[in-house]
Amino acid sequence: MSNLLDPTEEKRLLRSMLRIRRAEEIIAHHYKTEQQMRTPTHFGIGQEAVAVGVCGALQQDDVIFSHHRCHTHYLAKGGDLAGLVAELYGRATGCSGGRGGSVHLADRKVGVVATSAILGETVPVAVGSALAFKMDGGKRVAVTFFGDAVFEEGVIYESLNYAAVNGLPVLFCCENNLYSTETPLSLRRKSGSEFIDRVRSFGVPGEVIDGNDVGVVREAVANAVARLRRGEGPAYIECLTYRWREHVGPLFDYEANRTYRTRDELEDWMRRDPLAVSKKRLMNASALGDAEYEAWLADIDAEVASAIEAAKAAPWPEVRLILEGVL
Amino acid sequence: MSRTLTYCQALSEGLVQAMERDESIFVTGIGVDYSSAVFGSTTEAVRKFGKERIFDAPAMENALTGIAIGAAAMGKRPLIVHLRNDFMFLAFDQMINLAAKWKYMYGPNAVPMPLVVRGIVGRGWGQGATHSQSLHGVLGHFPGLTVLAPATPADAKGMTIAALQADRPIVIIENRRLYDIKGPVDIEPNPTPLGRAFVRREGSDITIVGCSIMVQEALVAAQDLQQKGIAAEVVDIATVRPLDVDTITASIRKTGRLVVVDTDWEFCGLAAEIAALAAERCLKQLKAPVCRLGFADCPAPVSAPLEEAFYPKASSITKASLALCGESEEGMTFSAHVDTFKGPY
Ligand SMILES: Cc1ncc(C[n+]2csc(CCOP(=O)(O)OP(=O)(O)O)c2C)c(N)n1
Repeated sequence: MSNLLDPTEEKRLLRSMLRIRRAEEIIAHHYKTEQQMRTPTHFGIGQEAVAVGVCGALQQDDVIFSHHRCHTHYLAKGGDLAGLVAELYGRATGCSGGRGGSVHLADRKVGVVATSAILGETVPVAVGSALAFKMDGGKRVAVTFFGDAVFEEGVIYESLNYAAVNGLPVLFCCENNLYSTETPLSLRRKSGSEFIDRVRSFGVPGEVIDGNDVGVVREAVANAVARLRRGEGPAYIECLTYRWREHVGPLFDYEANRTYRTRDELEDWMRRDPLAVSKKRLMNASALGDAEYEAWLADIDAEVASAIEAAKAAPWPEVRLILEGVL
Repeated sequence: MSRTLTYCQALSEGLVQAMERDESIFVTGIGVDYSSAVFGSTTEAVRKFGKERIFDAPAMENALTGIAIGAAAMGKRPLIVHLRNDFMFLAFDQMINLAAKWKYMYGPNAVPMPLVVRGIVGRGWGQGATHSQSLHGVLGHFPGLTVLAPATPADAKGMTIAALQADRPIVIIENRRLYDIKGPVDIEPNPTPLGRAFVRREGSDITIVGCSIMVQEALVAAQDLQQKGIAAEVVDIATVRPLDVDTITASIRKTGRLVVVDTDWEFCGLAAEIAALAAERCLKQLKAPVCRLGFADCPAPVSAPLEEAFYPKASSITKASLALCGESEEGMTFSAHVDTFKGPY
């Protein structure tokens, strides 16, 4: 286990992870019981340390790009919780006005520029934003989040090559949770053919880290981003982690009787809960007590509850405006 | 004020003038800064603005489009050039799944998406099955994309300027065989209004509708039709999407006869769209069935006589028009649009 970050910082990160965890759990509960959110949701429960660790090392004007499992990244970068929930309920007040749903979240104010449900689609887009930053001679950086399945798409290789050749300030962040829907990595990658080796073959430096430790992620990304800001070209970070719920939807796989992975395997990973890792570290250092944690939880649950209430009370988009905003 | 330029010179001038006025414009794509400079259409821009603003790219059409999208999202105005528009098929994920839907699906949080893509259609000299398609109809299918197919030097310039000023994704399809065509072009950087069709020649007996190179073929046909006293009106679609339905239907209603000619296959294409428009909106005024002309329904062959048979041309338009007007071909002489195109490509 890595060392404690500055305790104030680590507390901030833990609270952010808790907020994402509770938002996702409560949303999942409503999703399952009400059948009112008509948008396929890919929950990031279990993977919060990646989103929070990465975004914790960024500035507000840095930009991120995400994919189908984007709630975590959206919230970690400062996206609006009420806007997210309203979007899931398809309301006019949703961050994308009810036009995008769970997989097309954006928030220009906090640098969540684009998310997409097509594998690999936003990877080059992040590279292009980095190109613009380099042309402008500034210090901003772009981050692209993607899952391990993106290494099966051609566009990742085009993008790595271009970013390397042009020395662009873009961080490629792979959230390796070992599965592409229900296909394990072992069936998709010849053993010994590591992603990191492919990445390095393009001249992009990188490392594989424990993606369930927010301190490790935060530190690795801070170092990488410092290099990006010095103009030393792109970097790659692969975070090893695990999703707890089914690929798409609110259930645990065992609830749906799926057999592609065992409950034992899940429980093994749940023992490595990123929140528990960070909480334990803070408690051992006497920087956090149960009472404070419980108070966070109460605040967060209230915030999520009121976001859900607000979303349900919010107006639907006006059907007469269906054609607005195409061009 | 105007003077005569070739289509290619007009493209070049439009690009240079747009870049002079807007520093956020940059140009990329395979070969944009080569000495051949996209058949000469970027020579002047390279000379004036250098490799900071106009630079080569590896062969990576899909990622390159995404990269342009990402740069556009950060306030740049990228222009991607494809030496053959067929290469754009490799970029369809980015073009169609992302750029076209961007503004709509990100709603109020969408940043502007001023992406411009130029794709050139190869034609003649045996370009073959994978280098001579025209993607204007395919791309026109998707809401969110603006698709332009300029037919004249003036529009080659004016549409380039208009596209580089707009805040939405725009594709310009250029036909290689138009590059040497001459015509009047304004000296000033005047944008062509987008979404408007243009009546290139007025007539009262039959309407010929097309875009890009087919407008030039149609003008030759209209000239020939005078031999039989037929006054053909030629409508240049110019913008495939959004389509100027009013100008097109007004002409069909006026003449009561329609030949649609496309530089594409008829099936599921732009010609079918125009024919449907006539059926939906002008049925009462139609004096004859609508006639569609397009590519032979096969991939483009290379061998010269096969290639010659593959494309619709002035004489095929003239013949179809005569038939619709109930006139015979007897005594007609059929002109050919002068083909100055030379190899190697
Ligand atoms: C181009 C494309 N092909 C297939 C899919 C279907 N699909 C959606 S998510 C997914 C698996 C993604 O796995 P990974 O990238 O590892 O991310 P994870 O879901 O594990 O977070 C697949 C195959 C898709 N969305 N896009």
